[in-house]
Amino acid sequence: MDLTILSVKGIIILVIFGVTLLIAMYSTYAERKVAAFLQDRLGPNRAGPWGLLQPVADAGKMFFKEDFIPAQASKWLFILGPCLAILTALMSSAVIPFGDSIRFAWDGVKYDVNVQAIEINIGVLYIFGVVSLGVYGIMVGGWASNNKFSLLGAIRAASQNISYEIALGLSLIAILMMTGSLSLRSIVNEQATFFEWNVFTQPLGFIIFLTCSFAECNRTPFDLPECETELIGGYHTEYSSMKLGFYLFSEYINMFVSSAFISALYFGGFHYPFMDLVSSGLEGSLGAVAGHNVATAIGVVAFFAKIFFFIFFFMWVRWTLPRFRYDQLMNLGWKTFIPLSILNVVITGAGLLYDFKYATWLIATVMIVLAVVSTARAPKRQVRPQTTTA
Amino acid sequence: MQLTNRSVQVSNKEMTLAEKMYLPAVISGLGITIRHFFRKKPTIQYPEVKRYLGPIYRGLHILKRDEQGRERCTACGLCAVACPAEAISMIAAERQPDEKMLYREEKYAAVYEVNMLRCIFCGLCEEACPKQAIYLRHDRMVPVFQERDEVIYGKDRLVEKMDDRYVRVASSEVQATPTEPSLTRAAT
Repeated sequence: MDLTILSVKGIIILVIFGVTLLIAMYSTYAERKVAAFLQDRLGPNRAGPWGLLQPVADAGKMFFKEDFIPAQASKWLFILGPCLAILTALMSSAVIPFGDSIRFAWDGVKYDVNVQAIEINIGVLYIFGVVSLGVYGIMVGGWASNNKFSLLGAIRAASQNISYEIALGLSLIAILMMTGSLSLRSIVNEQATFFEWNVFTQPLGFIIFLTCSFAECNRTPFDLPECETELIGGYHTEYSSMKLGFYLFSEYINMFVSSAFISALYFGGFHYPFMDLVSSGLEGSLGAVAGHNVATAIGVVAFFAKIFFFIFFFMWVRWTLPRFRYDQLMNLGWKTFIPLSILNVVITGAGLLYDFKYATWLIATVMIVLAVVSTARAPKRQVRPQTTTA
Repeated sequence: MQLTNRSVQVSNKEMTLAEKMYLPAVISGLGITIRHFFRKKPTIQYPEVKRYLGPIYRGLHILKRDEQGRERCTACGLCAVACPAEAISMIAAERQPDEKMLYREEKYAAVYEVNMLRCIFCGLCEEACPKQAIYLRHDRMVPVFQERDEVIYGKDRLVEKMDDRYVRVASSEVQATPTEPSLTRAAT
């Protein structure tokens, strides 16, 4: 790889890194704003216009807090916990294809550089590996705190992440079977036309994947590892100052990365309807090189629009649904999602045999019909009369 | 005993398949919250926007003058007696012949002090006053103080300014009774 590509890649990596941090930072602001609006409030609006400086103020506050390490804590592991959490969170955005490619000429050589930090042919595996490392940050931190609430939170996080990772992976297998590749870029390029977006070919897989990614991000309704009402703060009970900041921040980075992952896997990544028309029109009017670059920029904007929608969706769900009980969480993961995703794989495989992509709609239709029938046949409200003991 | 008709007996029927799938309920829940997202917010932006607290709000104390600009207070001390927090103190003095334009009665308060740290804004002084001299104004609050020597309000800050007369109710929103003294006498 020559120096020009290397430096352009370096710039792209830096930009992705910066954008990830910026989005994570403003996700905290957006979360508070969305929460407020969903609850008929206004949210933070004092720091700067519309409260836009609120994340800066929050970060400043975090830095000036006392950085406390409990006497009984295992000191190095206590420090290692948040480092691991934020490191793995930041690493996973490396393989996400943010856009098509940038074309330019330098020293008479024509270059075509992908808007992506690294293009590896096992991108999906990479993300899975890094995400499953992410739970170590929580486990190590929760264990090192030497506090029963932290330990409970860490145990919950570990078991929840392990349970849901299986369904997450299985629901993805169907996509991998259809694409025949583990590279995220080829999965995205497979969805070039609107009705071949995986959300239309894999509706059931999408719902399973979405729910499991909620669980992987420890977001409500699956925020059992840190539920304030039961475990004070869960795994970060003992943390303060910027260590706590890192934990909270890594949660928002994870949310951004999983939004990007969902958009790339199921919503066509940087593709948008009538993309071919737009890009050929631009290349006709602006010239092949400039037109291609502008089309890439529009694709990046479309991708970020999808990501922002999913970040909003994460928050929307958080302020809508109450938390699951732990046995409900485990039942949903093991007894519902894993069998369903295996069924999804089987049906997709059968459909692929006959070259029919939309086979999983069969499961969806059957489920909808069953649900409607069961609702219609269900007995009306039965109220067992309360026996009053006088 | 049933107090309201709002209570609903909890149903314990088996969940149907649609209910076990959670999704229909989740979607309807999302619909409810997104409607709130676009709803008009009832928040009042407090320091910039202040709502009208009504004609009987008890705020900053004021020593009223009558329609000729004479102080009404005769230093009878009933307000100080009525005050449960013992926030009011005064020293009476006799009116000199050349001070007829300043004080309405022959006796007046040479010193009249309200300790704002003690005051509980109960309004008993207002009720006790036979001369309708002291009021807790409905439109102004005691400003925030940082120093202890700002706490005791003397006559310089309590007596009504002639260019800033206080009327209990703005004429557009008269809700008080016609016998309200500030309406009949001081609203000039």
